[in-house]
Amino acid sequence: MISQNSQTILNVQNLHANTQNTEILKGINLTVKSGEIHAIMGLNGSGKSTLAKVLAGHPDYEITQGSIQFDQQDLLALDSEERAQAGVFLAFQYPIEIPGVANSQFLRLAYNTIQSKRGNDELDPLEFDDFVREKMKLLEMNPDFLDRSVNEGFSGGEKKRNEILQMALLEPKLGVLDETDSGLDIDALKIVAKGVNHLSNEHNAMILITHYQRLLDHIVPDYVHVMESGRIIKTGGKELALELEKHGYDWLHDNLQNNAGATA
Amino acid sequence: MSAALQNLVNQPYKHGFVTDIESEIAPKGLNEDTIRLISSKKNEPEWLLDFRLNAYRKWLTMSEPDWQNVHYPKIDFQEISYYAAPKPKEKLASMDEVDPELLRTFEKLGVPMHERAALAGVAVDVVFDSVSVATTYKEKLSEVGIIFCSISEALQEYPELVKQYLGTVVPVGDNFFAALNSAVFTDGSFCFIPKGVKCPMDLSTYFRINTEGSGQFERTLVIAEEGASVSYLEGCTAPQFDTNQLHAAVVELVALDNADIKYSTVQNWYAGDENGVGGIFNFVTKRGLAKGVNSRISWTQVETGSAITWKYPSCILRGDNSVGEFYSVALTNNLQQADTGTKMIHLGKNTRSTIISKGISAGKSNSSYRGLVRVAPGAQNARNFSQCDSMLVGDKCGAHTFPYIQVNNNTAKVEHEASTSKIGEDQLFYFAQRGIDAEEAVSMIVNGFCKEVFQQLPMEFAVEATKLLSFKLEGSVG
Ligand SMILES: Nc1ncnc2c1ncn2[C@@H]1O[C@H](COP(=O)(O)OP(=O)(O)OP(=O)(O)O)[C@@H](O)[C@H]1O
Ligand SMILES: [Mg+2]
Repeated sequence: MISQNSQTILNVQNLHANTQNTEILKGINLTVKSGEIHAIMGLNGSGKSTLAKVLAGHPDYEITQGSIQFDQQDLLALDSEERAQAGVFLAFQYPIEIPGVANSQFLRLAYNTIQSKRGNDELDPLEFDDFVREKMKLLEMNPDFLDRSVNEGFSGGEKKRNEILQMALLEPKLGVLDETDSGLDIDALKIVAKGVNHLSNEHNAMILITHYQRLLDHIVPDYVHVMESGRIIKTGGKELALELEKHGYDWLHDNLQNNAGATA
Repeated sequence: MSAALQNLVNQPYKHGFVTDIESEIAPKGLNEDTIRLISSKKNEPEWLLDFRLNAYRKWLTMSEPDWQNVHYPKIDFQEISYYAAPKPKEKLASMDEVDPELLRTFEKLGVPMHERAALAGVAVDVVFDSVSVATTYKEKLSEVGIIFCSISEALQEYPELVKQYLGTVVPVGDNFFAALNSAVFTDGSFCFIPKGVKCPMDLSTYFRINTEGSGQFERTLVIAEEGASVSYLEGCTAPQFDTNQLHAAVVELVALDNADIKYSTVQNWYAGDENGVGGIFNFVTKRGLAKGVNSRISWTQVETGSAITWKYPSCILRGDNSVGEFYSVALTNNLQQADTGTKMIHLGKNTRSTIISKGISAGKSNSSYRGLVRVAPGAQNARNFSQCDSMLVGDKCGAHTFPYIQVNNNTAKVEHEASTSKIGEDQLFYFAQRGIDAEEAVSMIVNGFCKEVFQQLPMEFAVEATKLLSFKLEGSVG
């Protein structure tokens, strides 16, 4: 939802990032304001997950140029847990399994850590149990998932739902959802989309990384960006995703080339 | 602290102890005269002197084992003094004199107040009423006929009982360190649970150590008669310092028909500084004899300390249908070395054993699991299940698993599972992305990894062990 008095939450300028001496992000510019939903699309390997991980502060990536402002702070000056505490949330494309650690225990530690950083009260195990069960209802998750080890043996779709559960608990300012829709069946997609819509409000913003229009049928984006080779090569409204769906990325290429030709 | 308590604490230690030091400490070195001196000072029965001399003579013919995967400078056994008259540890007059670092550690571990004082070497009887706690405890036990005292006291009060069992599980010449212990032991515990008695509470060495201090060559003997059961706790989570570098203890357990002994250890000897200087060498022989039918011996250990640990709590399953269990967490950090594991010797029919071993290596440490499962020809239908998991924190440490399986009976079923995992950067990043720093993440992962073993510990011990692991891992990441 684009509104007049919204604040800039994220401002990425000319961002370049390397891993293992290879440049993956080659000058990203992106501004996200409160209340907005952005979709990022693009071919496999174009750098979408890398951008997400760089925003979250993954230690594998080295920033060689550019800046990231988040909520009036220099995001690059914060390490990854500080970014999470400041309100950056990443729903992983491939959520990792943590054998032996009960989901409930993990969720509570995450919740309490972030609450205490924000100066709010922590919840004891019983209070937290009530609280998390409420949130699980929203996502129609079986409470049995609380007792299982974090993501261990979860199906692909269950892992994704567990990610959104965490977003619901942590209430971030910026939610980055990396292909949360892949692996979800049609019903689960609707439930997750409903959850995301429920969490989205005028104070926060979402970036949805996706390959499919079907997610955007349920969560309608204000902007659609297309990435290629570490850059955003095209930005448009929600219709752009529909065009891409219809014509494929080649169409976009031709289109861009024609444009480039026209201006030259 | 209240003013009254403050006053009490600040009183100088009243029970000054004057003793002629010269005559109470044996000269350094080990020979038959030293052993005779020990035995006569302790007013021991003749048979025990023979036991000691026999052990000493065997020891002379043995050499220090070198097969274990640990490295340490040669120990000069003639540089050790083998006897000091029992005397109260040098007591500090108040908590104010205790090293503040140690107090912070206690704080973090959540060690109860009265224990803190005792462990830090403050004169407990001045500060808290712990003597009466120990006394009540003893009275309760003797009501049901349980004997729980120091081995020296047992040798005076119940010599026949000690004679009947001492050295029956770990023979004097069993191994180099056991032989040495048998020759020179001066401290230790004795515990006897008579027929049919279920011990009404966990027996904790904590109540004993207070009065005596822990020794360099400890000897522990636990006997559960027919149908008896006991849960015995050794050690504590607070770090233990000792000026003696070498510790060579022997623990013997005997379970008669239908008896059940559960022996839990939390070990946190001083491990030395980051460079491994000053740490304790802990070479222990622990063995349980499941002698009677349907008897059960269960070892649970959480090993976090020592510069070098070398121990294999074992079970000899002689009685038909007897059960042996070994649950172990061994954590090494910095330059620590641990070579630990178990032996399950199946002699009786339908004997069963379970081994769950969790090894965690951090820093530049090295840990090895060494397990032997032997099924004797007569042990029909023996069953063993072993699971040995290792976890590496960082990439400068090592973990090794050496399972030895010797099956001489084709009805036996022996299963072995092993795994090695590493706390990966991506796991830590996942935690970080949820606001949790690496230290807390590692502690949570490691405690999750050890869950199966912690579940075996008495509740209170389990809580302390969890905190202990987190504490020991501080600074191991990032
Ligand atoms: N740690 C790494 N080491 C080497 N190459 C990497 C690393 N991380 C990313 N890359 C490379 O960077 C490129 C971008 O990867 P990224 O995961 O960001 O793509 P993506 O747009 O998310 O693709 P997909 O749609 O398949 O999820 C890929 O070519 C990938 O192989
Ligand atoms: Mg991706």
